Amino acid sequence: MATVSMRGVRKSYGGALEVIQGIDMEITDGEFIVIVGPSGCGKSTLLRMVAGLEKITGGEIAIDGRVVNELEPKDRDIAMVFQNYALYPHMSVYDNMAYGLKIRGFTKSDIEKRVRHAARTLEIEPFLERKPRQLSGGQRQRVAMGRAIVREPKAFLFDEPLSNLDAKLRVQMRVEIKKLQRQLGVTSIYVTHDQVEAMTMGDRLIVMNKGVAEQIGSPIDVYARPASLFVAAFIGSPSMNFLEARIGSDGSLTLDGASLRPKTRIDPGRAVTIGIRPEHLSVGSGFDLQVELVELLGADTLVYGRLSDGKALVVRLPGNEVPRIGDRLPVKANEGAWHLFDSETGKRLGAA
Amino acid sequence: MVENRPWLTVFSHIVLLIGVVIIAFPVWMTFVASTHDAQTMLRSPVPLLPGPHFFKNYREVLTEGYARTSGIPVTIALFNSMVMALGICIGKIIISIIAAFAIVYFRFPFRMAAFWAIFVTLMLPVEVRIVPTYGVVAGLGMVDSYSGLIIPLIASATATFLFRQFFLSVPDELAEASRVDGAGPIRFFLDILLPMSRTTIAALFVIQFIYGWNQYLWPLLVTNKESFYTAVMLVARQATAVDATPSWNLIMATAMLAMLPPVLVVIFMQRQFVRGLVETEK
Ligand SMILES: Nc1ncnc2c1ncn2[C@@H]1O[C@H](COP(=O)(O)OP(=O)(O)OP(=O)(O)O)[C@@H](O)[C@H]1O
Ligand SMILES: [Mg+2]
Repeated sequence: MATVSMRGVRKSYGGALEVIQGIDMEITDGEFIVIVGPSGCGKSTLLRMVAGLEKITGGEIAIDGRVVNELEPKDRDIAMVFQNYALYPHMSVYDNMAYGLKIRGFTKSDIEKRVRHAARTLEIEPFLERKPRQLSGGQRQRVAMGRAIVREPKAFLFDEPLSNLDAKLRVQMRVEIKKLQRQLGVTSIYVTHDQVEAMTMGDRLIVMNKGVAEQIGSPIDVYARPASLFVAAFIGSPSMNFLEARIGSDGSLTLDGASLRPKTRIDPGRAVTIGIRPEHLSVGSGFDLQVELVELLGADTLVYGRLSDGKALVVRLPGNEVPRIGDRLPVKANEGAWHLFDSETGKRLGAA
Repeated sequence: MVENRPWLTVFSHIVLLIGVVIIAFPVWMTFVASTHDAQTMLRSPVPLLPGPHFFKNYREVLTEGYARTSGIPVTIALFNSMVMALGICIGKIIISIIAAFAIVYFRFPFRMAAFWAIFVTLMLPVEVRIVPTYGVVAGLGMVDSYSGLIIPLIASATATFLFRQFFLSVPDELAEASRVDGAGPIRFFLDILLPMSRTTIAALFVIQFIYGWNQYLWPLLVTNKESFYTAVMLVARQATAVDATPSWNLIMATAMLAMLPPVLVVIFMQRQFVRGLVETEK
């Protein structure tokens, strides 16, 4: 159990392009941090720098107060779970889990005790003598977890550990990993591109985009107060609706005939992008939506339509409200549910 | 093909049978010849069925040898061949697996240059460099010794290349997982890579054993004493004896014996092969 600090962490692979462009973050003891972002944004790279598998180009990383920039992975006292599990194919499940302990010179009985205990926790006791290829994906995933927990490391690092599992198992494992982490209280960094995983598992999220941490905060924070257009678009499904607008001379803005008043003062004449989540729109007098497509999800209905000025909008309605295609649907926004962003920089300006 | 066309089946079996007969017939003739006495083998027609002298002929070559050309029993030549073949084959595997490990897993200066240098030697078989090699070996006083028979043939670009290809197919995460587990390069090599290479090693063992066993030109050059002659050399020397009518029965018995170890290696190692292929490692 430990804290992890990243101070101005940078990474480039020789070329001019920086893959990680300066990340600052303090992870407290026992925290579950999720790094989330689209493919290629540098999530794995950042995690691997913490693990010591990738050299740190700039800045420093400290685990439990000790700068680890120059330390080998084995001296950092971390354990990692890989996307493809990386189990040793020729070793039994037991040996896979015992290998790290054996190298560290634990006694036979100590190893036995720890492996049995971890196997019981993860419910993989019946498979201890099997080879990895004789296991299902979910069981391999557990073994990979087991290999990490027997070492009782200072931190767990996960790189998309669930992305090779089917949807149902993913949900189940997600819950189990979270539970296990709570129970063990080990500081964890978890990489995923799945926003549902990110929202449900993380104590805090790092939303990354092109090597930059766009926002660091609790899931609710990230959802309710996205720091940038990127975060707003990335978190939430279906994605937030965005509309272009300009601040009028009185500091308010007009949208399809309706007037909105930002909660913070914004310079008149500024070009802004306003956003609203589909779930924050409902039937009521406000705008008129020309319904173009309706998706029935059971619990919800997604309505795709256009405003009178041709702008596209998605609305999420309760499952029992099913408008017909071609209808005019009056929709209104929840109070204070509008997000305002600077159109040029993409930064958050406030709510309305 | 899962089509069921009886005539095609019959036809393909006939083709296969013809192939087997063409390949197996000389071997059969060798065996038949090794079971008759010398006179029968010089008369025509040559017999097509085994004769009564099997034990007598084999006992003679194994214990006394084919006295007119070389005084040594085949047992000694077989032993020499075995030492040479095993030496070459095991040496090749050890050296090339270590070379491939270095090339794939370490970043050192001139790494690619080293790789290409090894790769280029693929194009230089023993025969091309045999004269300078002999010069070196003679200069080091290794003529008429096992080390002289083995060491010049012990480096293998083919095996290095095969191991390299295999190592490249091993996921990087495995090396990383072992680093996180605390294994250094040597432990990773011994604990992870070596056991995973079993199948490749078995395949190379077969190929390189046969290669070593069948060496002819090099042993011919580097051995003067009969006590270092190899089995393949014996067969050739006996057949080319000029002073008398050759005893074909004994020559063929020697040939059968010289053929046996490679056959055994193939038969025995085939099981490892198949097991390796069935148990695909992921
Ligand atoms: N060895 C390397 N050499 C050069 N560039 C690299 C190297 N490894 C990764 N990159 C680049 O670094 C960027 C970030 O890669 P990274 O693997 O961290 O992405 P990621 O966020 O994990 O994506 P994914 O979700 O697809 O796994 C990518 O643009 C990639 O092209
Ligand atoms: Mg990745």
